[in-house]
Amino acid sequence: MLDPTNTHVVHEWKHGRPLIACSFDPQGRYLLTSSEDYSLQRWSLASGEAVKWEAHDSWVMDLACLPDGEMFLSAGCDDRVILWPNAEGTPAPIREIHAHKGWVRSVDVSPDGTLFATGGNDHLVKVWSVAEGRTVLELSGHDSHVYSVKFHPSGTWLLSGDLSGKILQWEVASGKLLRTLDAADLHSFNSGQKVHYGGVRDIAISPDLKQLACCGLHKATNPLGAVNEPLTVLFDWETGEKQRTQPTDGVRGVAWKIEYLASGEILTASGGAGGGFLIFGKPAEEKTYHKLKLKDTLRDMCLHPDGLQVATAHHDGHVRISRLAADG
Amino acid sequence: MKCDYACQSVDHQMARRDFLGTLAGGFVVGGLGALTSPLAAAHLKREQMRVLVVFMSGGLSQLESWDPKPKTDTGGPFRAIPTAVPGMHISELLPQTALHMDKLALIRSINTRNGDHSKGRHQMERGRNQMPGQDFPHLGAVVAKSLERSDNPLPGHIRVPGGGRGSDAAYLGPRYNSIGVNGQPPANSARAGSLSEQADQARNDFRRRLNDRFMQQRRTAETDVYLQSYEQALQLMERRDVFDVEKEPAKEHERYGDSEFGKHCLMSRRLLEHGIPFVQVSHSNYDTHNENFNFHLEQLGEFDRGFSALIGDLHERGMLESTLVVVMSEFGRTPRINARFGRDHWGNAWSVCVGGARIQPGAIIGKTNENGTAVVDREVNHGDLFHTYLSAVGLDSSDSFDIGGRSQPLADPAHVPIHELLS
Repeated sequence: MLDPTNTHVVHEWKHGRPLIACSFDPQGRYLLTSSEDYSLQRWSLASGEAVKWEAHDSWVMDLACLPDGEMFLSAGCDDRVILWPNAEGTPAPIREIHAHKGWVRSVDVSPDGTLFATGGNDHLVKVWSVAEGRTVLELSGHDSHVYSVKFHPSGTWLLSGDLSGKILQWEVASGKLLRTLDAADLHSFNSGQKVHYGGVRDIAISPDLKQLACCGLHKATNPLGAVNEPLTVLFDWETGEKQRTQPTDGVRGVAWKIEYLASGEILTASGGAGGGFLIFGKPAEEKTYHKLKLKDTLRDMCLHPDGLQVATAHHDGHVRISRLAADG
Repeated sequence: MKCDYACQSVDHQMARRDFLGTLAGGFVVGGLGALTSPLAAAHLKREQMRVLVVFMSGGLSQLESWDPKPKTDTGGPFRAIPTAVPGMHISELLPQTALHMDKLALIRSINTRNGDHSKGRHQMERGRNQMPGQDFPHLGAVVAKSLERSDNPLPGHIRVPGGGRGSDAAYLGPRYNSIGVNGQPPANSARAGSLSEQADQARNDFRRRLNDRFMQQRRTAETDVYLQSYEQALQLMERRDVFDVEKEPAKEHERYGDSEFGKHCLMSRRLLEHGIPFVQVSHSNYDTHNENFNFHLEQLGEFDRGFSALIGDLHERGMLESTLVVVMSEFGRTPRINARFGRDHWGNAWSVCVGGARIQPGAIIGKTNENGTAVVDREVNHGDLFHTYLSAVGLDSSDSFDIGGRSQPLADPAHVPIHELLS
């Protein structure tokens, strides 16, 4: 039974080199991870054993599985997206796509599995056909690096967030830009260091479809020195109005990932100078209410299809699986 | 080489007469062909030598710039790209600079044994280690004193961006301290509207008469500074447009990029064209302990556009052969990538980019190992680099200044230039 206050680590598996991204397959059989050694890993949840292979010419920033669990996508800093089979043994690429000019920072698959979306350093959002690998839509509207893309659970809309804190909502059928949500709380320009910093690191939609949450950082008094704190920004889906920001006291870092739990509560994963944390919040509250410090700082998090397990990818080269309950 | 050009030596006066007679006191790039006297031409060529330093404040990562190590445990996410020099690869973050590498050179084997910002800046700008109680002049002051032209009223040592007067000339005296400018004419450099030109002239003549009388009886270093400041201010007022980057057409601003750094590069071209011997442009900030890759992506995008436009212009205008260009930092960054996707301070194996003047175009000096953790060939340090810079603009780096009867070496006598880098 879901009980965030009793969250605890149940598995710790070692890859050995710093990890970057992670994603469960929808059937809950595997965990996919990427690492700074340019490899991908597919971990069996049953055994904790991993198959490892070299995939891209650079780091893989994001991973996403198709709904049937048969294939998954990796988005690299080498401009490419690769489609892989989720079969036994070492996978061979099904299709390689030169997707963007510069990093492909984010990839997400449509709920029906026919499309996937990518966001890149070329300020573009693109929608692709899974079956053919061709571009269906090329969406211009961002003025900075696109950090996150997320299909609405209905499949009707696509959301994309960028470095400047802008979230754009697109109509998937037409490619039309419908509205812009202002998450500028997640961006800062430091005039002393002359750097833009922050961005919409991830986007999530509540189970009741009434709220949009995004995450990143704020209080960036020293961007180059990692002095900043994680922050969640919540919007009313219907009106697009910002409802509130939800800070976490006593944590230094970046909220890299955000997920709604089945209960409607919000889980963010923060990594940075303060270490790695799983942070829990309630949609109507001003601050998060619970946090669990993990052994090492983290860079990504994903929620298991059962809604009770969470995987985190850590700098110390470990995958950690935590259970959001007292049991197990 | 005579460093004390204030000595009014015969050869200096001769060249100045030739120069003024031929060019009417103006600075003309590529004007050597107009001179028939080889002696005067040689002298003028030396007088035209200039230095541009681009200081990458905070510590540029050599792995994201001049010495990439893709697909190694230290390499990070960026790839290496080919350049205009066969076999030379630099980071993909510098695509426009890559096209100009046949005009530039790389030194990839620097070991300054230091990871402190202040000490590193001192090493790189002065060619010596910071020592308590010792003060050495900035490269800009050494160059300004060595290459100044008495017919050019502009200051010889400029910082962009910045304000006010630096205190970086040490024993060379306040005349060679840097002046900071920001892309506009220096503040308060226009004659007040309420003051006519004649009244201003009369006022300055009166001030000079009083100064001369006072100086005959009570001259001190302080009064020299006072006098120098006034005279330099007057000269600046007369040439204030040189500092006004807005005088450049819009298409030039576009080429250099819509950033402060782009504007500063354009301004530095303007200053070098007007015969200022030393210009240092700073670009901030590379002290990327956190999110090194995002910040280098952001910063080097600005750098690549402005710097490549500047190198292209210096080359096309025939100025590169008389302008030494140095891209330096206080140190490099650690091969090890930390937990926050950052790189930390690292002085043990890093790079600078140089070009122009007597630098061999397309050269690569030294080498680091496979993952950039150590120098494996032709280790050099800040002392060697300082000698090399001076040699590249035709100075004898083993020479000395005569400062009040005391000999002060231009560069640390314990080091020598990187001879194989010089043509």
